[in-house]
Amino acid sequence: MNIIPEKNYLTYPKGLKSWLFTLDHKRIGLMYLFAIMFFFLVGGIFALMIRLELFSPGKDIVSADTYNQLFTLHGAIMIFLFIIPSIPASLGNLILPLMLGAKDVAFPRLNLASWYIYVFGAMFAVYSMIAGAADTGWTFYTPYSIETNTAVISLTTGAFILGFSSIFTGLNFLVTIHKLRAPGMTWFKMPLFVWGLYATSIIQVVATPVLGITLLLLILERVAGIGIFNPALGGDPVLFQHFFWFYSHPAVYIMILPGMAIISELISVHSHKKIFGYKVIAYSSLAIAFISFLVWGHHMFVSGQSELAGMIFSFLTFFVGVPSGIKVFNWVATLYKGAVRFTTPMLYTFAFLILFSIGGLTGIFLGALSVDVHLHDTYFVVAHFHYTMMGGTVIAFFAGLHHWWPKIWGRMYNERIAKITAVLVFIGFNLTFIPQFIMGAHGMPRRYYDYLPQFQGMHELSTYGAYLLGFAFTIMAVYLIHSIFKGKPAGNNPWGGLTLEWQTTSPPDPHNFHEVPVWTHGPYDYDKIKVTPDLEKELETA
Amino acid sequence: MSKKDHQEHVIPLMVYLAVGAALLVLTVITVAVSYVNLGPFNLVVAIGIATFKAMLVALFFMHLLYDNKLFMAVFLSGLMFLGVFIILTMFDTMKRDMIYDEVAKPINPKAVIYQESAPPTDQTGGQQ
Amino acid sequence: MDVATDRPAYLAEHFTDAEQQKESAKLGMWVFLLTEILLFGGLFCAYAIYRAWYPDMFYNAHKHLDVVLGAVNTVVLILSSVTVALAIHAIQHNKRKQSIIFLTVTLLFAATFLVIKYFEYSHKIHLGMLPGKFYTYTGIEGTNPHIFFTIYFTMTGLHGLHVLAGMIVIGWVLIRTIKGHFNSEYYTPVENAGLYWHLVDMIWIYLFPLLYLVG
Ligand SMILES: [Cu+2]
Repeated sequence: MNIIPEKNYLTYPKGLKSWLFTLDHKRIGLMYLFAIMFFFLVGGIFALMIRLELFSPGKDIVSADTYNQLFTLHGAIMIFLFIIPSIPASLGNLILPLMLGAKDVAFPRLNLASWYIYVFGAMFAVYSMIAGAADTGWTFYTPYSIETNTAVISLTTGAFILGFSSIFTGLNFLVTIHKLRAPGMTWFKMPLFVWGLYATSIIQVVATPVLGITLLLLILERVAGIGIFNPALGGDPVLFQHFFWFYSHPAVYIMILPGMAIISELISVHSHKKIFGYKVIAYSSLAIAFISFLVWGHHMFVSGQSELAGMIFSFLTFFVGVPSGIKVFNWVATLYKGAVRFTTPMLYTFAFLILFSIGGLTGIFLGALSVDVHLHDTYFVVAHFHYTMMGGTVIAFFAGLHHWWPKIWGRMYNERIAKITAVLVFIGFNLTFIPQFIMGAHGMPRRYYDYLPQFQGMHELSTYGAYLLGFAFTIMAVYLIHSIFKGKPAGNNPWGGLTLEWQTTSPPDPHNFHEVPVWTHGPYDYDKIKVTPDLEKELETA
Repeated sequence: MSKKDHQEHVIPLMVYLAVGAALLVLTVITVAVSYVNLGPFNLVVAIGIATFKAMLVALFFMHLLYDNKLFMAVFLSGLMFLGVFIILTMFDTMKRDMIYDEVAKPINPKAVIYQESAPPTDQTGGQQ
Repeated sequence: MDVATDRPAYLAEHFTDAEQQKESAKLGMWVFLLTEILLFGGLFCAYAIYRAWYPDMFYNAHKHLDVVLGAVNTVVLILSSVTVALAIHAIQHNKRKQSIIFLTVTLLFAATFLVIKYFEYSHKIHLGMLPGKFYTYTGIEGTNPHIFFTIYFTMTGLHGLHVLAGMIVIGWVLIRTIKGHFNSEYYTPVENAGLYWHLVDMIWIYLFPLLYLVG
């Protein structure tokens, strides 16, 4: 019978103060997890309101202006407050030092500071909702963002502050990975989750400062009329788009690389087979991080940038598909002849493989200059974006959450309900966004309040899908929270993983390990080592 | 995990003073040169001297020459990404007026849109 | 958790030895400097683009900046870089008094820089050479001269803020040196403050010729 250790990071030390001033990466990760889930809920509610409004043409529940604010807030919250910090700051903080065999991240105080900065930035974003929410879209394009009377400044200030939180997390992880690996853990013996977070951190520290200066200039533009992005003052609004996308294209890899990192981890553990092409997956993460800085102009094909730039960016964009494709092939090859277990994390992993492939392949359409001219600013883009970001990152996040949940809390959720929910999520997701691909290809523009009656059927389907998704996430919240209190003790190694986080107790000791672990084997040496997952041992004894 | 490879390098005092003197001399040179009209080469010389000065600061004052080479890699990668940012952006801003002749030519002159008295096509060509 | 007895007080619990802690702190600082480079990078990019668009206007406008004051400030910052390097050198040799003196001199140089900058700014503001819509000066020929001053004020302004931040950091290190927290065994914060200060100097090394000399 599995037991939960009496003294673990959740129970010791006690008291609210011990949480608010904690330097323990696991507690900070957990605080991040609660914060981002809260904003996932808020952003999700906005999404459901948008879908309800779009159920039929014309006005359904809100005015056109409110609608503009809704999609702006949905985008800004989901991106800056949920997806970007989601995997690195929550699961990364919780698991990364454990995987490395370290006692903590390199700079624990900076880590706590990044959480408080996150909360501080979030307060600005929340304040902007009260103070007349921005209606610019999450991209804040000039000159409209200079002219509109809505609360652009507080929302951009929020995003500016959140950038620091993101930089500090990235900086911390980079140093931790370089300097705090367990004895014996060379670069190519690190788990692939660590590799993914390493590549993510590089993008975070390189790209985020440019977002900082961009938003700072935009704020100055609004406050002091400095003219740099304002065509009325001789400035160039397209320059704003360059600045913005120099960050925001790499930022989509801040979002997806950790998702890919989780999938690389899970696909090996849940099929008990050595990962296929370890080095190639590791290198492809770095390649993605690098190439992601060369392609931002594919968001600007119809902005008025030069044809030469358009062609260069389109050409370069195709390169980014190569390492992503390499990863997908390696994941599928890992499954071949593996002892695949259809656990909840694995179901989400399968969902990821399908949805991310669709998202990635439609990205090639949009990266092609001539095709994009037609698809630009249609629902095709919206669907593509959601297939990669939600079908990719969010699904991978839930895969990881279900994978490490028993490690975080020491308890198991109800697997049967969880599996049914996973299927519901998959169906709901596709029902929401496949119609959007079709509408987009037929020319339905994005961000429109009203639309032609011919699109109504598709919009209805999409709305049904969105509510199915909302329903599925509600069930997930219920069974996960239930499991915290009533779940069966999961054991130290419920899935039979070989990485270091499974060698400590569940939940882990406040100091992670009782003695410094020594890393003697590879992270996926299932060909050499035989492990039986604790959950399966349970079944055998029962 | 950390390797005790090299003990802390203590750089001789003279190095700091010499580098400081060199930086001051270079400042004088760069100001002097700016009063000579070299056309576009004024900019090249100014950036060249500034880069040399920055190199001195990085290598000696910031110990890049002696420290872990990883720090050098971090520093240089920053400059590289900055270069990417500026150069790729300028591929747009410097070439905005570039329009290909071919764009204005119909691919298929027999196509319906070019028949009868179709309205004159947009002479800006492919400008979106 | 068994506590090893030979651990010095400055060594945080999650590091195995002082070397690991030092290397981590310095790597962290360098990564932070990388973010600073990219933060200023946006402004350098804007400079490059607008200068390429309006070379004549930039040439005319830059003549209205005071080369002498700019050059003096360059010298001041270079000297401050030397003194901060000497402060680190002193603490490496356990010469705490010397280190305190050099850090104080660095602070004074930094303050001098800001004072000179203040006079330059007030002169510009007085003449109406202001960024964007506040630009009222009429003596500069060329397209959009206010854009030059937008770039001048944002670049030097952001740099000035970094000088201010650097003074706070050096002041904090100075206080800790006075309190005797540092010696030849442990002086990483002094070194990191120095790294930051050198970067601030390095950015000015570029700003001075680009704005004052060639426009
Ligand atoms: Cu992109």
